[in-house]
Amino acid sequence: MHEEIKETGSSTHRSILIVGGGIAGITAAVEAAESGYEVFIVEKEASLGGRVAQLSKYFPKLCPPYCGLEINFQRMRGNRRIHVYTLAEVESISGVPGDFDVTIKQNPRYVNDRCTGCNKCVEVCPVDRPNTFNFGMDTTKAIYLSHAMAFPRKYAIDDSVCQLADCGKCVDACPYGAIDLSMETRTFPLKVGAVIMATGWKPFDAARIDNLGFGRYSDVITNVMMERLAAPDGPTGGKVVRMSDGQPVNTAVFVQCAGQRDTNYLGYCSGICCLGSLKQATYVREANKNAKVFIFYIDLRAPGTYGFFSKQVLDDPNITAVKGKVAKVVEDPGAGKLVVEAEHILSAEKVSVEADLVVLATGMVASMSDGRPSATIGYDADAFLLPDESSPGIFPAGCARGPVDVATATQDATAAAMKAMQTIHQARG
Amino acid sequence: MNKNIGVYVCSGCGIGECLDAQQLVALGSDEGGAAVVRTSPAFCLEDVQLIRDDLDSGSVDSAVIAACSHRVNADVFSFGKAFVERVNIREQVAWSHPPNDPETQEIANDYLRMGIVRAQKAVAPTPYTEAHERTVLVVGGGSAGVAAATDAARAGYDVVLVEKSAGLGGYAARLYRQFPKRSPYRALAPIDVEGSIEQLQSLPNVRTLLEAEVVETSGQPGRFTVTVRRNGADELITAGAIVMATGWVPADTDTFDAYGRGRYANVVSSMELEAMAARGSIVRPSDGSPVARAAVVVCDGQGDDRHRPYGGNVASLVALKQALYIREQYPDSIVYVLYGDMQTPGPYEYFYKRVQEDEGVLFSRGDIRSVTGNGDHDVVLEVESTVVGGPVRLSVDLLVLSEDMVPATADAASGALSLSYLQGKELPTTKFGFADSHFICFPYETRRTGIYSAGSVRQSMDLSASAQDGSAAALKAIQCIEQASAGAAVHPRVGDLSFPDVFLQKCTSCGRCMQECPFGALETGEKGRPVLDTNRCRRCGICMGACPVQVISFADYSVDMLAGMIKAVEMPEDDEDRPRILVLACENDAYPALDMAGIGRLQYAQSARVIPVRCLGSVNSILIADAVSRGFDAVMLMGCKAGEDYQCHYIRGSELLETRMQNVKETLDRLALESERVTVAEVAISESDKIPAMIDDVVQTVKQIGLNPMKGF
Repeated sequence: MHEEIKETGSSTHRSILIVGGGIAGITAAVEAAESGYEVFIVEKEASLGGRVAQLSKYFPKLCPPYCGLEINFQRMRGNRRIHVYTLAEVESISGVPGDFDVTIKQNPRYVNDRCTGCNKCVEVCPVDRPNTFNFGMDTTKAIYLSHAMAFPRKYAIDDSVCQLADCGKCVDACPYGAIDLSMETRTFPLKVGAVIMATGWKPFDAARIDNLGFGRYSDVITNVMMERLAAPDGPTGGKVVRMSDGQPVNTAVFVQCAGQRDTNYLGYCSGICCLGSLKQATYVREANKNAKVFIFYIDLRAPGTYGFFSKQVLDDPNITAVKGKVAKVVEDPGAGKLVVEAEHILSAEKVSVEADLVVLATGMVASMSDGRPSATIGYDADAFLLPDESSPGIFPAGCARGPVDVATATQDATAAAMKAMQTIHQARG
Repeated sequence: MNKNIGVYVCSGCGIGECLDAQQLVALGSDEGGAAVVRTSPAFCLEDVQLIRDDLDSGSVDSAVIAACSHRVNADVFSFGKAFVERVNIREQVAWSHPPNDPETQEIANDYLRMGIVRAQKAVAPTPYTEAHERTVLVVGGGSAGVAAATDAARAGYDVVLVEKSAGLGGYAARLYRQFPKRSPYRALAPIDVEGSIEQLQSLPNVRTLLEAEVVETSGQPGRFTVTVRRNGADELITAGAIVMATGWVPADTDTFDAYGRGRYANVVSSMELEAMAARGSIVRPSDGSPVARAAVVVCDGQGDDRHRPYGGNVASLVALKQALYIREQYPDSIVYVLYGDMQTPGPYEYFYKRVQEDEGVLFSRGDIRSVTGNGDHDVVLEVESTVVGGPVRLSVDLLVLSEDMVPATADAASGALSLSYLQGKELPTTKFGFADSHFICFPYETRRTGIYSAGSVRQSMDLSASAQDGSAAALKAIQCIEQASAGAAVHPRVGDLSFPDVFLQKCTSCGRCMQECPFGALETGEKGRPVLDTNRCRRCGICMGACPVQVISFADYSVDMLAGMIKAVEMPEDDEDRPRILVLACENDAYPALDMAGIGRLQYAQSARVIPVRCLGSVNSILIADAVSRGFDAVMLMGCKAGEDYQCHYIRGSELLETRMQNVKETLDRLALESERVTVAEVAISESDKIPAMIDDVVQTVKQIGLNPMKGF
């Protein structure tokens, strides 16, 4: 793999542009490259892995995402057909299948390819920044490695907080001349034969839902935050505890459809959040053998073989799934506890549960809901990409096309890679 | 063969501040006999040219680079065909042990010794390049098969499509409508089977064989030989890779007994309703009269022991669709949709909402307690746990039960591929009966290399998902053909040119390699000895671990090499403060986790000596015996999770190791050594934080039971 920090002139019509370096983009890239095609990944963050890199475990096997990512990265390391641009975005795509002109904008990393990953820069950096990888639950220095397993393993500087030339301590500390504070945004062209849009998703902003207390009570967190809490390299070192006081969680409540299936927020179902909460219930139980978990849901969505997983989790007598819609989350200031009020759908009675931690199962929002490249691409009303009839030669993959689980995203990405290869063969022979 | 080895000791990234590079230099030239020894403050920068120059000039043919982990800078330290050994003195020495400490230095010295041994013993593999067939064979002409054939052909590959029945299209040809496929997800969509079949048939490089069956499949990726029987005649087809898209079959109808199917004429399956809808005449089967009240039941199977342990992916959507069929034909009808949890993920929620808007469709959550007949026509359902509370009785004149989809592989009699493999005729499946080995991350990997399953035989799925799945499997077939023609491995050791070589003269024909290979790569040859179908092999080395007489080896990975590396460790004599623990770590997960421990600057016992292995399954028990007789005080086998939800990339590696441990225990008993000296530790890639304690535990055990009494012998 080439970590393209320098300009490259090797793009050709026989190559595929992959927008997004999450699991779908990585899969599409590896599969196409191993089939003989040149691929260019454009990733807007400083490292690859996207949302799955932030997960502690996958359902239903409860295995760490890095197990599969490592294999993919291993496959990338050995493959010279794969080119990666990080901190980069696609500005525009024009042309026809077999002959697209793409403009890439790459933001400055301020760290060049001389970086060896030795960490000396971090030791001297005086500025803290909220750790976006951990949803702001802790901090990093202004010069940072996205996370312990970041790939490529190159540091980056967050120029929204770094004092750049006014400080320059890291420049002096770096033994390898890897830090270049004069780096600027650059724009450059690529020629490709087909495009895969694997732009993924972002979490729904839970603060928009007034009655669920997110942003008001620190022990109301979202499902994506929960993943970081449970992750061994997360802000608590993998301890699932209350955010307010670090105390153990004796009762956790999961609120399903925190925004989804609600025309005020997201009209659709995110498909994965019920399974996500079932999985996270096991995190809570693993952290505290006496903990009780309640999952309030409308429909418990665990289709296909996932039903087996759902059943397995719910066999735990301390995990209870309640068919009910949560009306509100309030705080009992005296007890220092949260109170979840819900309606039990089957009995039509109101129930209320005291909780130490409330996890909002928020949904997946299309990344393309803000900021799209200039290109002829069809989007549906929720900003998910339409199949390629509306944009020949440009194929959506994974969560860019709709909210899906990881298994479906990898499948979808492989199919998109096939379509891209075929497009090139048809146009170019 | 004596090689010209170059030793390159890097002092960057804190290595120089922790270790005495000169000791490593001296070790390289004296003990190691290296032709060239160099140091640099950072070999990954300009000084990489020094290594390149040595290789170009011919003074060096193998480079041993003592620097960072092989997991970084792979592209920098890659020099064409030259053998490169990376000695990890950064992550696993300088970053995880105290600086300027003789014991820390000794780790680095040992690792360099091991690296030199490996470089001495490794031979550049000569790839197997005798498999160049580029045709893709697709078995099954339903949605997945048609898509796979079309896409492979459009990407420039010849395709042979084999279909059992007289026509293409599979279930798609028998369905009336499909549920909405695009925004706003409200209207049922027509199914354009003819369109996709026409497109396929317009492709000049596709040969379609109808009413044809695969009766035997032999060979390997790049050269499968497939016998196809048609009209009583057999034809041999050669193929580079195979897409198995044999679809699904309805589950045994016995499971529906409780719902009255087979007992009452007006209880039908969803496929029967499709047929009626396609004819434009949904009627009550008992007398052909119109339907006024119907019930559509989503048998999603969850928590229902009468079904499989898992539900259907599409049953809810089919029920919604079919409620609309009935409503379309009978605008005054009432259709009850009975469900457990409505499974309409993603944008299908909009479709669910649209059906809810139909006043003639009444939804109720509920469990069906009984189905009985009333007179000649009425079907009476008793439903409990409904939204309105207690049991409800519904009398309908048509009850539709969703079809339980099971993969065609579950029907052993169907025999889709009839593999002539020692390990069996069909593809190994998961506990759910799907031919899948790495669900989640690598959905197309099966345990039969070069054979990729697609569509409902892989997971129950709808038509458009099947078509997509077919496309994806076609890519995997193409990819396998490309890799096989170069003699290179596919997932996960992509590009590996090495393969197991059996020294047949010493083989005892015990057959263990053939039985234990997770991929069925070894067949029985002359005198019961193994014959390798090279391109089936994933290069895990499990056969090498299995062989009781150690006659299986790879050009660059062998028992002899690992034994040499173990032997290279300098063994302190009888010093309680300096025990030695051999850690054989799986290169896929445990070794990266050890790297991560270093990156996190976690410190662990200096007594550990780590050797990466391709898979724990590749560890031959003689190596463990070797290690203890060499004086190692303990051996840790660090690898992936075994069991039902295994994380082993070779499926069975960790599991096989456990069975081999029995042998190891016997060996230890024979040597009168404590069995606690050898332990298996499961470590996930994310668990680097647990590594120091895991190793410390072993150190503690050694403290308790004492040093290995074999030391010094």
